[in-house]
Amino acid sequence: MLEINDLHVSVDGREILKGLTLAIPAGEVHAIMWPNGSGKSTLSYVLSGREGYDVTGGSVTFNGKDLLTLAPEERAAAGVFLAFQYPVEIPGVPNATFLRTAVNAIRRSRGEKDLDAIQFMRAVKEKSKKLGITDEMMKRAVNVGFSGGEKKRNEILQMAMLEPAFAILDETDSGLDIDALRVVADGVNALRDPGRSMLVITHYQRLLEYIVPDRIHVLAHGLIRRSGGPELAHELEKTGYAEFADGKAA
Amino acid sequence: MSAVATQPDWLTALRDAGRARFGEAGLPTQRQEIWKYTGLNKLKALTFEPSADIAGTAPAIEPLIDAAHRLTFVNGRFDAARSRIGALPGNAILASLAEILRDRPNLLEGRMGVTAAIDRRPMAALNTAWIEDGLVLIVPRGVAVEGVIEAVFVNTGEAPVAHPRLLVALGDMAEVVLVERHLGGGGGGFTNQVAEIALGDGASFRHYVHHAEPTISTALETVTVTVGRDASYRSFGLAAGGGLVRREIEVVLRQPGGFAQVDGAYLVDGERHADTTVLIDHQADHCASRQTHKGVIDDDGRAVYQGKILVRPHAQKTDGYQLSQTLLLSGGAEADVKPELEIHADDVKCSHGATVGRLDADALFFLRARGIPEAEARALLIQGFIGGALDEIDRPDVREAFGAAASNWLTAHSESTA
Repeated sequence: MLEINDLHVSVDGREILKGLTLAIPAGEVHAIMWPNGSGKSTLSYVLSGREGYDVTGGSVTFNGKDLLTLAPEERAAAGVFLAFQYPVEIPGVPNATFLRTAVNAIRRSRGEKDLDAIQFMRAVKEKSKKLGITDEMMKRAVNVGFSGGEKKRNEILQMAMLEPAFAILDETDSGLDIDALRVVADGVNALRDPGRSMLVITHYQRLLEYIVPDRIHVLAHGLIRRSGGPELAHELEKTGYAEFADGKAA
Repeated sequence: MSAVATQPDWLTALRDAGRARFGEAGLPTQRQEIWKYTGLNKLKALTFEPSADIAGTAPAIEPLIDAAHRLTFVNGRFDAARSRIGALPGNAILASLAEILRDRPNLLEGRMGVTAAIDRRPMAALNTAWIEDGLVLIVPRGVAVEGVIEAVFVNTGEAPVAHPRLLVALGDMAEVVLVERHLGGGGGGFTNQVAEIALGDGASFRHYVHHAEPTISTALETVTVTVGRDASYRSFGLAAGGGLVRREIEVVLRQPGGFAQVDGAYLVDGERHADTTVLIDHQADHCASRQTHKGVIDDDGRAVYQGKILVRPHAQKTDGYQLSQTLLLSGGAEADVKPELEIHADDVKCSHGATVGRLDADALFFLRARGIPEAEARALLIQGFIGGALDEIDRPDVREAFGAAASNWLTAHSESTA
């Protein structure tokens, strides 16, 4: 479904990704563990089309399409979804209005009719209930005054409503206590589907106990240094990331 | 019996004083602090004589709101055929100024020309020289007028000149809601309006003004309000039209416990110019004032916000707040923002904030990453921004109507630039 080949990306003239290669087949959940602090969001932003990231080499194809030439909204229409590490606050725009606009934009791109306000509320009701998102939170401005956990649950609600083919979860676990993490992980797991792939980017092994990936990749110094099955997370938990600190492949 | 024959002496004196004062002062210039950012050069060629009559027919007007009473003014003159004044409670008076001047002029003696302060306001002096028609609203003590009173101002013919005069006098504990809509006309024109508003003790006046004139129109407003003990003046101005629109508002909190809320939004594109100039004059203790102004400027548009909170020496326990936020959407857009606090009392709480910025790039990316096309995402952000001001309107029907008007403007604007 997603094929990243020899991807080089620079930010402000500094190379962050130095030839990353990764293939995620349909239906699989892959995790990238990223031990060092810098540039962790680079991959998610490059895949979702944010400005300011210079692709200096390599390619990304999504269902055979060249993803890198598409605008962010075209990528979303093609089925790419990014759950933000830091969900953005949008004062003055009610959460329900935002989400309905997004759902209808995606529907339009598929040639489907808009949902009116009543149809939308009906569609959102069950999904928001499962994630503990109240009607009051739907009326409030997007993420304004939301707790860290509420923001992350709101991201998962957007994912559930937009039904993407490929979702990137960028440090979705950061700042969550264990109860909030469970709710978010349950929401993500409910969306696992043979037709849907996911890429989970995290620093901590803890998340991967709740969202168990098919494959784990360790990314350090701009390259994937090691790949393995879910057991790799436990190994890293014991040994730490020390072996990747020197920038050489293990 | 003609109007001239019955004109009372006080009115003759008032008009003469206005004429003399404007003759002396002339048009304001940008050397005057309060006019620093707004020039009136394009008015220099005018004679200012109001257009004689309702020339031709103004276009049909779509209602903005479900109003209980509607008064329509064409080129500043009352158009009875397109007005509908329903039954009013408790001897309240709602009528055209021309009618009152004809039938009961002495009702206005001592009420008209009291707060407009023509000495320091040349445009109010000019309006005073031409007092002929407009709106009179006098509500006796304890009377609440249900529903919304809507006053619609339209223009016909080529470049008409109008000097509408509004007089609002609420007795103690009286309550009224007035919505003004300034729609102008295809031939443009110059409108120079003065509204004098006096609120008795405990009275409540809600005053909402929408400007949606075509770009060739010029509209100047002078609004002066005196607020009695525990009375409240709540207002919102939506400037979404006109080549040049200036709203100058002065609220005097004369007695303890008074409340003034003066909010607004301006939507400026092309080469349009919108000026909001506010003075809140805290003269008594325990009064509060609130201002929230938000503006969006695109193309080569320009917006001015000058807001001053003046706290006089005896106005202890004043609570004053003022916020001005402007969004610039283009390199040519300009905002001139001058928030001012002048405080002469020592036990007060006053704060102000002003920002001028651009659309939040993080928010724009977030919306686009959710599949919302860029133009729609921008419109949503702008709408949310302006919504922050519109939310201050505490009447749901007016908030909805003004929200729809702002939304229509933004949709039309985003389509014209797409």
